[in-house]
Amino acid sequence: MELIAIAFGAIFVNNVVLKQFYGLCPFLGVSTKKSSALSMGAAVTFVITLSAIIAHLLYTLVLEPNNITYLSTIVFILVIASFVQLVEMFIKRFSAPLYSALGVYLPLITTNCAVLGVAIDATVNKTKIFGDLDPTLLHVAVYAFGISIGYALVIFLFSAIREEMDAYPIKKNWQGIPIALITAFIMAMIFVGFGGIV
Amino acid sequence: MAKQKSMKSVFSAGLIKQNPVFVQFLGMCPTLAVTGSVENALGMGAGVVFVLVVANLVVSLIRNYVPREVRIPIYIVIIASLVTILEMFMKAFVPDLAASLGTFLSLIVVNCLILGRAEAFASKNKPIPSVLDGLGMALGFTGGLVLIAFFRELLGAGTFLGMQVIPADYQISVLVQAAGAFLVFGILVSQVNKIRLARENESEVA
Repeated sequence: MELIAIAFGAIFVNNVVLKQFYGLCPFLGVSTKKSSALSMGAAVTFVITLSAIIAHLLYTLVLEPNNITYLSTIVFILVIASFVQLVEMFIKRFSAPLYSALGVYLPLITTNCAVLGVAIDATVNKTKIFGDLDPTLLHVAVYAFGISIGYALVIFLFSAIREEMDAYPIKKNWQGIPIALITAFIMAMIFVGFGGIV
Repeated sequence: MAKQKSMKSVFSAGLIKQNPVFVQFLGMCPTLAVTGSVENALGMGAGVVFVLVVANLVVSLIRNYVPREVRIPIYIVIIASLVTILEMFMKAFVPDLAASLGTFLSLIVVNCLILGRAEAFASKNKPIPSVLDGLGMALGFTGGLVLIAFFRELLGAGTFLGMQVIPADYQISVLVQAAGAFLVFGILVSQVNKIRLARENESEVA
């Protein structure tokens, strides 16, 4: 039950993009086509979930026992950057179709603040997410997976709306980013409604 | 004389013409996340000024010694170290501000504005122009944040820097919430675009 609450909260209530503002650059940049939004969502899900697990292990097994938690930011960004490189090489070697679908998005993910943001939230700022609960590896994994599903969901919905929007005349100064931001505003308002459930 | 002018143009580029918030759309996550109040926006801006100026200086100083293949990881380590210094400093001296910026303080590391300037400008230019470029860009970023925060705080919470200006009955409280950030930023960008389009048309006629 606890895990369901964590997952639901991560997907809808504390949605990464609409509530926490992580990963906005790819959200506004990549999400103009449904197919690329899906690939981006899949790549992000994979990287966020695994890097949060790695960050949790590093934090609880290395940084906390040695009292060097102030190094978290440096350690996490290095781990994430090298992890993304590793994933890229791995996919390239073993699955050509997967690489052609995700390949271009992987380097972008290093600077996607959702990855580092979730890693930091799940470790250094864990009281913000889990309250009094001391999160185990399972909690962190469920949380990170929920967050990334929320990311994939929103980026996909958003791309579907933007594809439709191409058919309508929009004033020149509203084209592109401004109208996308207004669309995001309406989506965020809808997601506020989920707040009442948990 | 010509050299002085170019220094000035390097500094002013980031302020208006190449404004990171409204023209280049770099570092959008903090732009939306910390603009609930002018105070937070100023705090974030100060942090970015420090990190961007020092990062540009360091990157520019070592630009001839860094092998091209590993430059990005090196820049990231430099930026991450500066952010860690900033985090420790803010937690020690302004703990309230550090708490309200929260994770976004650490996320300055992945603010594409900083890595972008290190790569696009500081890695190719001498230290003094690099510092000026960093200062201009960071101040432009701060200005953008403060502008958004000004409208959100004034219309949403009826306050300016904590002082009550608009009575509670006339506030649009959605603007200080997360969703309102998108609305205010969207409207401001459309107006900036309008001015830019008008200027472009003017210069074409002339």
